[in-house]
Amino acid sequence: MNLTNQQETISTHPPIAPTEKKIESRIHIGESAGTPSFESLPVKMAAIDLSVYYGKFRALKDISIEIPENKISALIGPSGCGKSTLLRSFNRMNDLVNGSRVTGQVLLNGKNIYEPGVDVVDIRQRVGMVFQRPNPFPMSIFDNVAYGPRLYGIHKKNILEEIVEGSLRKSALWDDVKDKLQQSGLALSGGQQQRLCIARAIAVEPAVILMDEPASALDPISTLKIEELMESLKEDYTIVIVTHNMQQAARVSDFTAFLMIDEDRAGWLVEFGATEQIFTNPQNEQTEQYVTGRFG
Amino acid sequence: MPRQTLDREIQHLQDEVLLLGSMVEQAMLNAIDTLKHRDKKAARLVYLDDERINEKRYAIENRVLILFATQQPIAHDLRLLAAILEVITELERMGDYAKGIAKIAVRISDDETPIPIREITRMGDLAVSMLHRALSAFINEDVNMAYRIPKEDDLVDDLYNQVYHKNVNAMIANPEIIDHSSYIMWVVHNIERMADRVTNICERTIFIATGELLEIDISDDEWAEEDEI
Repeated sequence: MNLTNQQETISTHPPIAPTEKKIESRIHIGESAGTPSFESLPVKMAAIDLSVYYGKFRALKDISIEIPENKISALIGPSGCGKSTLLRSFNRMNDLVNGSRVTGQVLLNGKNIYEPGVDVVDIRQRVGMVFQRPNPFPMSIFDNVAYGPRLYGIHKKNILEEIVEGSLRKSALWDDVKDKLQQSGLALSGGQQQRLCIARAIAVEPAVILMDEPASALDPISTLKIEELMESLKEDYTIVIVTHNMQQAARVSDFTAFLMIDEDRAGWLVEFGATEQIFTNPQNEQTEQYVTGRFG
Repeated sequence: MPRQTLDREIQHLQDEVLLLGSMVEQAMLNAIDTLKHRDKKAARLVYLDDERINEKRYAIENRVLILFATQQPIAHDLRLLAAILEVITELERMGDYAKGIAKIAVRISDDETPIPIREITRMGDLAVSMLHRALSAFINEDVNMAYRIPKEDDLVDDLYNQVYHKNVNAMIANPEIIDHSSYIMWVVHNIERMADRVTNICERTIFIATGELLEIDISDDEWAEEDEI
């Protein structure tokens, strides 16, 4: 074989590229990440075709959403989109607003909480709430946490002490306050006060904790502490949080619901999905516009 | 302590990068072994190694992007996660080099022309050792080590040049082995490139620790190589 022929022989070989052109592995961002799809998760609460009216004004329109158990679900959306209204409808806090009216259903463990005859106090025990501004009662730390249990008829000192310690431990406040349980709750820092309010909420052993902007009045470090606390609380509770802070929703939640206002100024649910997916590859163009800060 | 979630995720990702690195090291050693033993069956197993490497790389990339989107990493965290994206790309390419060698092993397994296996094995061992220590430096953010390791690339280049000249002379003496020798050139080229890419990992280590994006000047840059040839 002469050299020229040999070169031709070489050129007939396919080039030895280190890779083949075959597609071997694919991952869709947001998928196969850590969060399972909702379909596979037990549902703790759900809204079915829920509309909420304040007088003639329809604040929420036909919301259907399933809140997975032992997960953190965040409600985000521009101001006035009805996310707080939706949150408050989960424990009938809207009942306190004059002229409010609800159509559709809100299910807790599969039962409609707006059914006639349902005990609202019982609902609010099972679905607790933490508000934007820490609002400890003007009483001692101990009495703040024991307030709910006492209301529900627990008066034995040792049982109350157990509940108070357990609740303060779960809310990551015990080590800070164990030596000053008789001091006023109002003497604590803002972040501590908010954790006290969380301890107060969990002292009555709710199944669900609703949080309405729980960190918006706090400094950044206290905010991150509350977020870490939420992460540990979800082992025992289902959490729904409303936040204006999209980054907070991204950091803290497993699932995110994006709400918007339609032309009648009624809030509607645009998209609800795994947070990892909503913030990396939302399915809806309006969600994309909102989470990238181009709208809202 | 705040940011436990992010810290935990970062630590997990660092473990995953080390795991990916060890998969690449093993793939390269396996590939060279199949060449040495002219073992077609084992060579095809290296193809599977490469698939697993690619999958692991995509999984890590996916996780890093999710952390960018959800955890807003900044400063050191940001540099570390950005560096991980670079490093896994380098590792995946090294996996491709291993697979390339395995493919050559399949092609020349029936050819009895001698292979300079001593030099190839030595090159592979050097490159793998460099990679191993570079990843250790990456995780420990050991800047001194990151500066030292690329210098070892000279040893790999020396061996590459030895094989190159040996091969050219052999081809001139016996044109019938040009085909075979060209394949061997690919093999040593792949190992040599692997060692080059270790330098890129070291650069990222320095970036994480200092914030400085720099190119470590190694003696065998493309122009120097061309001059030499």
